[in-house]
Amino acid sequence: MSAFNAIGEEREIDRDEYTPGVEPQPTWCPGCGDFGVLKSLKQALPEAGKTPEEVLTVTGIGCSGKLNSYLDTYGFHTIHGRSLPVARAAKLANPELEVIAAGGDGDGYGIGGNHFIHTARENHDITYIVFNNEIFGLTKGQTSPTSPKGHKSKTQPSGSAKTPLRPLSTSLNAGASYIARTAAVNPNQAKEIIKEAIEHDGFAHVDFLTQCPTWNKDARQYVPYVDVQESDDYDFDVNDRAEAAEMMRETEDVLNEGTVLTGRYYVEDDRPSYSQEKHAVGEMPDQPLAERYFDDDAEWERSYDLLERHT
Amino acid sequence: MSDELIWRIAGGSGDGIDSTSQNFAKALMRSGLDVFTHRHYPSRIRGGHTYVEIRAADREVQSRGDGYNFLLSLGDSFARNPQEEAYYGNEEIKPLSENLDELREGGIIVYDEGLISEEDVEAVNLHERAEENDWHVFPVDLRGLAKEHGREVMRNTAGVGVTAALLDMDLEHIEDLMSDAMGGDILEANLEILHEAYEMTKEDHDFEHDLRVPEGSHETEQALLSGSNAIAYGAIDAGCRFIAGYPMTPWTDVFTILSQNFPDMGGVSEQVEDEIAAAALAVGASHAGVKAMSGSSGGGFALMSEPLGLAEMTETPLVLIEAMRAGPSTGMPTKPEQADLEHVLYTSQGDSQRVVFAPGNIEEAYEQTRLAFEIAWDYQIPAIIIYDQKLSGENTNVDVEFFDRDPQPDLGSTLTEEELREAAHDNSGKFKRFNHEDAENGVAQRSIPGQKGGRYLATGNEHSPVGHISEDPDNRVAQMERRLEKLESIRAELDEERDSTQTYYGPDDADYGIITWGSSQGAVSEAIERLNAQGHSVKGISVSDMMPFAEKEVTEFLESVDEAMVVEMNATAQFRGLIQKELGRFGDKMTSLLKFNGNPFEPAEIVEGYEVNLADEDRQPTAQVRIEPAAGD
Ligand SMILES: Cc1ncc(C[n+]2csc(CCOP(=O)(O)OP(=O)(O)O)c2C)c(N)n1
Ligand code: SF4
Repeated sequence: MSAFNAIGEEREIDRDEYTPGVEPQPTWCPGCGDFGVLKSLKQALPEAGKTPEEVLTVTGIGCSGKLNSYLDTYGFHTIHGRSLPVARAAKLANPELEVIAAGGDGDGYGIGGNHFIHTARENHDITYIVFNNEIFGLTKGQTSPTSPKGHKSKTQPSGSAKTPLRPLSTSLNAGASYIARTAAVNPNQAKEIIKEAIEHDGFAHVDFLTQCPTWNKDARQYVPYVDVQESDDYDFDVNDRAEAAEMMRETEDVLNEGTVLTGRYYVEDDRPSYSQEKHAVGEMPDQPLAERYFDDDAEWERSYDLLERHT
Repeated sequence: MSDELIWRIAGGSGDGIDSTSQNFAKALMRSGLDVFTHRHYPSRIRGGHTYVEIRAADREVQSRGDGYNFLLSLGDSFARNPQEEAYYGNEEIKPLSENLDELREGGIIVYDEGLISEEDVEAVNLHERAEENDWHVFPVDLRGLAKEHGREVMRNTAGVGVTAALLDMDLEHIEDLMSDAMGGDILEANLEILHEAYEMTKEDHDFEHDLRVPEGSHETEQALLSGSNAIAYGAIDAGCRFIAGYPMTPWTDVFTILSQNFPDMGGVSEQVEDEIAAAALAVGASHAGVKAMSGSSGGGFALMSEPLGLAEMTETPLVLIEAMRAGPSTGMPTKPEQADLEHVLYTSQGDSQRVVFAPGNIEEAYEQTRLAFEIAWDYQIPAIIIYDQKLSGENTNVDVEFFDRDPQPDLGSTLTEEELREAAHDNSGKFKRFNHEDAENGVAQRSIPGQKGGRYLATGNEHSPVGHISEDPDNRVAQMERRLEKLESIRAELDEERDSTQTYYGPDDADYGIITWGSSQGAVSEAIERLNAQGHSVKGISVSDMMPFAEKEVTEFLESVDEAMVVEMNATAQFRGLIQKELGRFGDKMTSLLKFNGNPFEPAEIVEGYEVNLADEDRQPTAQVRIEPAAGD
């Protein structure tokens, strides 16, 4: 069966293949950070050796959710907060697909927070990009789970009384095996990180700082950022959970003070992905499940063999 | 020779009553009888009073009947403090006291002397009541007997031994089933207990009762299945290999059966964080090319409303199971009700469309699950099986040959790569997945991620043929009309190409009709039999097609009778409302008979409801059943 075996095929993949023809043109505002994610994905995917047909991008709802409308892969634009459960099932059904989930901070850390924690815990082999603009963009500027304390919006006019969520630490505690933060304003780093995330076998969470010039003019993402891997001031082992945790804490603390730290924070290479774990306990078939349906020689068991228990 | 045996085993939940009764029911089935089991249990984990009833007769049995004629009362070990071996609480005599009201005249009582003391027996006036009702009472020290040869829990086996002796049954089938289920010392001990109890009873008692096991005569092999088994096996034969769920009674049964069988058949089962995720996973797996399903019960199904709508809009095939229990909210977790019909038909935003089947018995549960998968994948639409806690847990025998059919891994309206090459694409090379131009029956062919030449975007937003978000009014209307066409096409297919999924009872020319749906079917069919035997002229229809609605069949039925009674287990006459909504008439012909106390209908209640309705009396049938008059009354 060849339908799913395109992976590994030898051919040059042109970046243009990921760009749809004439339409649709992005409807994002000028200067929106979302353009940065789109661009880095278009660069990273061919570098990671993926053809558009073996990639499935699954998005939520929000400005961020439109990502796959402008990226020419197989795509599933789902509903607000639910990209992860859809994405992980697609990966379980067909492990040969390169599955990339994406959405906003409201989408992923708010309404989809439960799915985020459990997908990280299970360490599904998917890449998850959260467009973190610290605001609800599409619904016009309400406070999001990552908006800083005191942030004023139409729905929290006196300033938010809530401490912002710490996406990196949450991800680490939940069990993600690759965690990084990058920013739209740093395209080279962004591309590299996304490529690594795609290549990583396990849940790769990228908190992608995307400015929203329309609704979040005070966002810290405008200030110069520091790449923790490039800077001599930061020396920690990305494979060491405790050191990574400390670095994430610091990163999340200083963001509120206006210092943006980006880079890789945690990489756990030897942790089996969820489907490997599931396979090890005998609950995951050897061959991609989806392939059986296209395989004329596949053996299909019948329920009436089970009936013997009932006779 | 009695014409039927209805055996009730009562005791503490967690005391092994379920497995014992399952085996006993199978033994009766193997002796050639038709059987029907009914399980009653409270919503608690251990302890609490529970019973299982097995009805066995030499004719089809589709309901538990009215009352029963043999009680095996075990005594509730969980009402006892295990350390001091002393009872606490007041549950110890429930296996006796809670069961006496429904025991028929001339019935038999076997109770465990080892756990139920003479004082307890007096406390429930057993002797007086026995005299009044002509009951035959056999106290046996089941616990002592079990302890002597094995362990105390084996007193169930002792009880079965006593039962077999009193009813003059052969032990052969019971022994066979025991050796299938266990081995080694445990089997030895159980067999010893069984024989000892049997012999002892034969020696010690003169049988003054005339209750015996009827003689049965199956010509073909039978299987004893629950509704949940039937749905799970229907899904397997339909080619379903992905299930995601979150436990909720009674849906958990289907979820468990598939989770246990999938590893051996290359399927994947996922228990996930909540029901939104569960249904969304099923959508994701189906999108990626696997026949997938999810399901829940009332509250959990409410959470699935969102992914259900997503499946409708993205035209992702999907099967969802809704196992109803009494609501609203958490309601009565272990009690059946048929009150989620409107919830299942109309939940989710927009002009929402799905296929809904409501099987009424075990065979229908199997067949309609298969059908649901077939239609969902042919038409790219979600299909829902709605049933209830009653059908989920009851077991009846089905001819094994009924199930003998091929597995169906066909993905319906999905193109191969070769076909994709010929299909329409836009000028950027995207596959026109939602192409309304050459759609047939509202169906646009789909591709599966990974296939060459099939790239498209699926979105829950309104979209253009290649899947781009679109608010163009012409496109909107074209897409909407195409999607709406599906239900009409499905209706036409069900009417023209397939056997009816509705079931009929009684003589064609009867002038009074009873209409029902789902698990009330069994009690209705038996009530119709009794009414006709009494000289009335009554027929019945049990409707399964809820959406698209069985318009033609129900219209014909209602036109053919002078009056009709709609029987359903809910307080608001939801099914009658559906008929009126769908057909737009007959409001003045239909009366409702409703029951919503947590227990299913029994045939006698329907007979009584009919009598009251017919006599046009100004009273309600019983305290537990309600009549809602026809419109205009
Ligand atoms: C169930 C549900 N609730 C609310 C909405 C409305 N809604 C759409 S996008 C959005 C928030 C978007 O914010 P974010 O996820 O941060 O993404 P951004 O637009 O900033 O990229 C909301 C609340 C919805 N579509 N569905
Ligand atoms: S509202 Fe903000 S997030 Fe949305 S497109 Fe405009 S700039 Fe980007």
